[in-house]
Amino acid sequence: MSMWEYANPRRFMGWTRPVLPWSFALAGLCLTVGLIWGFFFTPDDFRQGSTVKIIYLHVPAALMAINAWIMMLVASLIWVIRRHHVSALAARAAAPVGVVFTLIALFTGGIWGQPMWGTYWAWDPRLTSFLILFLFYLGYIALWEAIEDPDTAADLTSVLCMVGSVFAILSRYAVLFWNQGLHQGATLSLDKEENISDVFWFPLLVCIAGFVLLFIALVLMRTRTEIRARRIRALQARARRA
Amino acid sequence: MIALLLRDLRLAFRAGGGFGLGLAFFLIVVVLVPFGVGPETELLSRIAPGILWVASLLAALLSLDRIFALDFEDGSLSLLATSPLPMEGAALMKALAHWITTGLPLTLAAPALGFLLSLAPEAYAYLLISLLLGTPALSMIGTFGAALTVGIRRGGLLLSLLVLPLYVPTLIFGAEAVRRGADGLDPAGALMLMAGITAGCFALLPFATAAVLRINLR
Repeated sequence: MSMWEYANPRRFMGWTRPVLPWSFALAGLCLTVGLIWGFFFTPDDFRQGSTVKIIYLHVPAALMAINAWIMMLVASLIWVIRRHHVSALAARAAAPVGVVFTLIALFTGGIWGQPMWGTYWAWDPRLTSFLILFLFYLGYIALWEAIEDPDTAADLTSVLCMVGSVFAILSRYAVLFWNQGLHQGATLSLDKEENISDVFWFPLLVCIAGFVLLFIALVLMRTRTEIRARRIRALQARARRA
Repeated sequence: MIALLLRDLRLAFRAGGGFGLGLAFFLIVVVLVPFGVGPETELLSRIAPGILWVASLLAALLSLDRIFALDFEDGSLSLLATSPLPMEGAALMKALAHWITTGLPLTLAAPALGFLLSLAPEAYAYLLISLLLGTPALSMIGTFGAALTVGIRRGGLLLSLLVLPLYVPTLIFGAEAVRRGADGLDPAGALMLMAGITAGCFALLPFATAAVLRINLR
């Protein structure tokens, strides 16, 4: 049995039903533990004071905002190559979640930036790239909404997602060329011994896990909703014909 | 391919409206800016590169929905799809025709409008070069956007929402090249990167455009 059999809508509905409450519960648990741990049981940063604690929302949201787009890209590729309907619907379901994460990252960044940089917004490369990413999400969602035929919509949005990914990366580096910024470089990376002090690192990891789980739970739920909506449409069409 | 290009050009020139409209729009946007920001020469000359680039971008956007819409409605796009000419070639020719009717006139008119905005004298050459290198990319990206929205009624607004974020890299490099030219810095890096974007767009986007057209004609 190959992994593709899980993409059968019927089978997908079957295995997501028990998984869904668990992923929501785990996401809730991780976020509760991580945020309480981060907000109340970590010391203040010696330079930034207590404002540093918004990192527990800002970094995971920003991370997932980008990963949501990558997930949409992978789902679009699967749709184009293997034409699994669940894949196209999952890409559609992920987009609004990605938008919300992008907005969370932008807003928490603004709130953090005001005491630290003295401004809510600066035309900094990272901030600007996120704004551009937000626009890409909006265009993607708008294209899904505009087209009535579901298969055409899935095809067109997946091409847009692929072309958009290339241009999003181009914009990212073009923006670097355009302006040097206030935002610090990448602090977290996988190949370093210690990224930030462990006191902040462990609650941050828990929060990141919470955001990943929350994303998975939301996308699964929205995909299930999309599948049900499509079934209802099919039933209505059949009823009209009968 | 040449026949298709000539047909599109003839349609654009004779059908009226399309050809001059973009230029008039360009002129009006540039004239409106001083009313918005005030007539100080120094301020205007500092923002002139950006204004000229943003205005030419909007003017190019204006005529995008004509690229495929009429051909889609009267069925000539379906005929094109069944002709021996590959769809990729047709997409390329459409983009080229759009560039000749919008991008090229915009490029030629830009120095005159730069004069209105008191652009720094050193920057004129770079304005011309950057627009010459950059506007083909705008046409090609726009053709892709037009192909995406061709089946949608009243897709004009959606078209701008889809296409404008894709214009960001071209705009950044284009305006940056002119700004560097105006400041007496070396704009070669920005120009080369922009030429790279244009070349990449023309190499890859015809395929995406053709794929999208085939989906829409299904």
